[in-house]
Amino acid sequence: MTASAVQAIAASVANADAVVPVGTRTQWETGNPSGEGLQISAPAGITRYEPDDLTISVGAGTSCAVLDATLAAHGQECALDPRDRAATVGGVIACGVSGIRRLRHGPLRDHVLEVRFVTADGRVVKGGGPTVKNVTGYDLPRLLVGSFGTLGVLVQLTLRCRPRPAHARWFRAPEPTDRFRAAATLWDGRHTWILLEGDESDIETQSSGLYPSEAPQLPDGEHRGRISVAPGELPALGRDLDALPGARWCAELGVGTVHVAGDDAAALGRARAAAHDHDGWLLREAGAAEMDGFGRPLPNAELMRRVKDAFDPARKLAPGRLPL
Amino acid sequence: MIVTTRMNRLLDVDPHARVAWVEPGVLNLDLTRAVSHLGLHYAPDPSSQQACTIGGNVATNAGGPHCLAAGVTSAHVLAVDVVLADGEVVRLGGLAPDIAGYDLRGCFVGSEGTMGIATRVAVRLTPDPPAVATMLCAFDSIDAAASTVTGTIAGGVLPAALEMMDARITAAVEDFVGAGYPRDAQAVLLVEVDGLDRGVSAQVDAVREIALTNGAVSVRIAADDAERALLWKGRKSAFGAIARIAPDYYLHDAVVPRTRLVEVLRRVYEIADAHQLITMNVFHAGDGNLHPLIVFDRREPGVWERVYDAGSEILTTCIAAGGVLTGEHGVGIEKRDLMPLLFSPDDLDAQARLRDAFDPDGAANPLKVLPRGSRCGELQRVPDGAWI
Repeated sequence: MTASAVQAIAASVANADAVVPVGTRTQWETGNPSGEGLQISAPAGITRYEPDDLTISVGAGTSCAVLDATLAAHGQECALDPRDRAATVGGVIACGVSGIRRLRHGPLRDHVLEVRFVTADGRVVKGGGPTVKNVTGYDLPRLLVGSFGTLGVLVQLTLRCRPRPAHARWFRAPEPTDRFRAAATLWDGRHTWILLEGDESDIETQSSGLYPSEAPQLPDGEHRGRISVAPGELPALGRDLDALPGARWCAELGVGTVHVAGDDAAALGRARAAAHDHDGWLLREAGAAEMDGFGRPLPNAELMRRVKDAFDPARKLAPGRLPL
Repeated sequence: MIVTTRMNRLLDVDPHARVAWVEPGVLNLDLTRAVSHLGLHYAPDPSSQQACTIGGNVATNAGGPHCLAAGVTSAHVLAVDVVLADGEVVRLGGLAPDIAGYDLRGCFVGSEGTMGIATRVAVRLTPDPPAVATMLCAFDSIDAAASTVTGTIAGGVLPAALEMMDARITAAVEDFVGAGYPRDAQAVLLVEVDGLDRGVSAQVDAVREIALTNGAVSVRIAADDAERALLWKGRKSAFGAIARIAPDYYLHDAVVPRTRLVEVLRRVYEIADAHQLITMNVFHAGDGNLHPLIVFDRREPGVWERVYDAGSEILTTCIAAGGVLTGEHGVGIEKRDLMPLLFSPDDLDAQARLRDAFDPDGAANPLKVLPRGSRCGELQRVPDGAWI
């Protein structure tokens, strides 16, 4: 990724009235629909990879598939785990969508060490730092994760990597459980799947009473969303979702994310209402075009509005993406 | 000045959700003690954990030896109730995994009191690992120990904790608490691995192999919990032990890439020598988080200037090696004016904008973190009655 490519983006942003960052559009419908504007794509490519320090810097336009292949060649990984590996690293981070191994590997925001982004007035800004530990200044990386491009156009990211687990195998469990040190535990109301990672013989020992399984498929369809709810609410929310016509779902136990697909937009809407009943919310990921991406007023909307105004007073970045 | 040390109630523990709500004055170690009977602990464990509060940990985004694998404070704080500078009370974050909109909780943690005051904190509790092994590797040179750290990370092993102590530290600790550290080694590594049985023993084998390849003179594995506890007691008593060497110390905190540890540590000792000062090193090596201590006696004329100059040179060396100014202690006033070493005017302006969004008048912990002039065209003033 060249500095001149970033400077060209900065100049374009400075001169535009409205700017819409765009990657490979695998998550284009996530969140609120975007308004019109100059479409900007971030540079792709590995900028710097320090396998011996477990850190990597990439252009925000780099696909997760390329990132993963690069890390795999050194026995490492970064558990971004998007549904579609064609997604760009910048797109995943802008949408703030954590992967299904969050139970073990933590949320997306904990993987991002440094961000470089173009501000609304066309300056290139760095936040965070390249080391695995850093409290120098305010935590701009965490602010940018999940900001949907509304605070700046991400151009480069430095991520923390981990050694790739020696072995990883999916199992079915007879009932929902948190007994295992699992990388993921998924539950759809009838079946429980457990992903065990690590030493082969530890997996063998742990998996007594479990049945080897294929990796589960998350519910798919034209109308999709993800619910975020306190993990303790999952059993009750699961019962409510089961009672809804036209909704299929799969929950990440211990995390509180529920992947939902509806046969039609109305079914997704009913799932959202169920989420609200349990003090959660549903982020629209696909379809249901009429649905507001967040479905309820954002908490601390006034404070968020002040943050938005501080970075983008003219409201030109990703107009409409966050309902502020 | 607003003091929260007496807001020290543990409000609620939910062992199933593994969440505790605490007031900011609760001591870090008291929290872990209060939940240990449930097989849980609070993962961030600063060396000062007997004395530091959760509120302070949140303010500085504190680390600790076990943050190498477990992550620092921000990874363990789910929600914070905050009084903003204008008196508004808000809850940032929540028990749901994601929040709609911006991660204001993430901004607040580590903001050193400049975005408001935490009054209640929801923290994640971590299950105790089923198996733990604690190792002490001894080396006859600093280089060999530092190479082992680099080799361990590069070798695909991510221990739960990976701490380094030099001979001056281990000597002081032995005199103070008798932790069982070898007195003839130039440096030791305290390495802890945890997880499931076979994974732990595989990691122990890997670390032993890497240590011996890099010239370790001995590798010892704690035989039982008592020996483990003693090894850790030594590490966590290090700062107390230093009083036996000299009455004063200046503790630094910087981070470098793990690949640069050998050369940076060499340079740290050279800088101290050049200023006729003694440096001692006890630090979170696995994170690359250096804590060079310069010990001195303030009654010695002119010593302050030398200590300060040596400290500045050490920080400059760390930055030149691709490091950062602080890994867990924060910026405050001490490093505020060094921020331009790491950040451009545009970078600092973005940070100032974020701070302004929380506290437009700059009333919360004024004049900390960002140097004067960070915001283009700013007018900085000390609010009436503020203590700085």
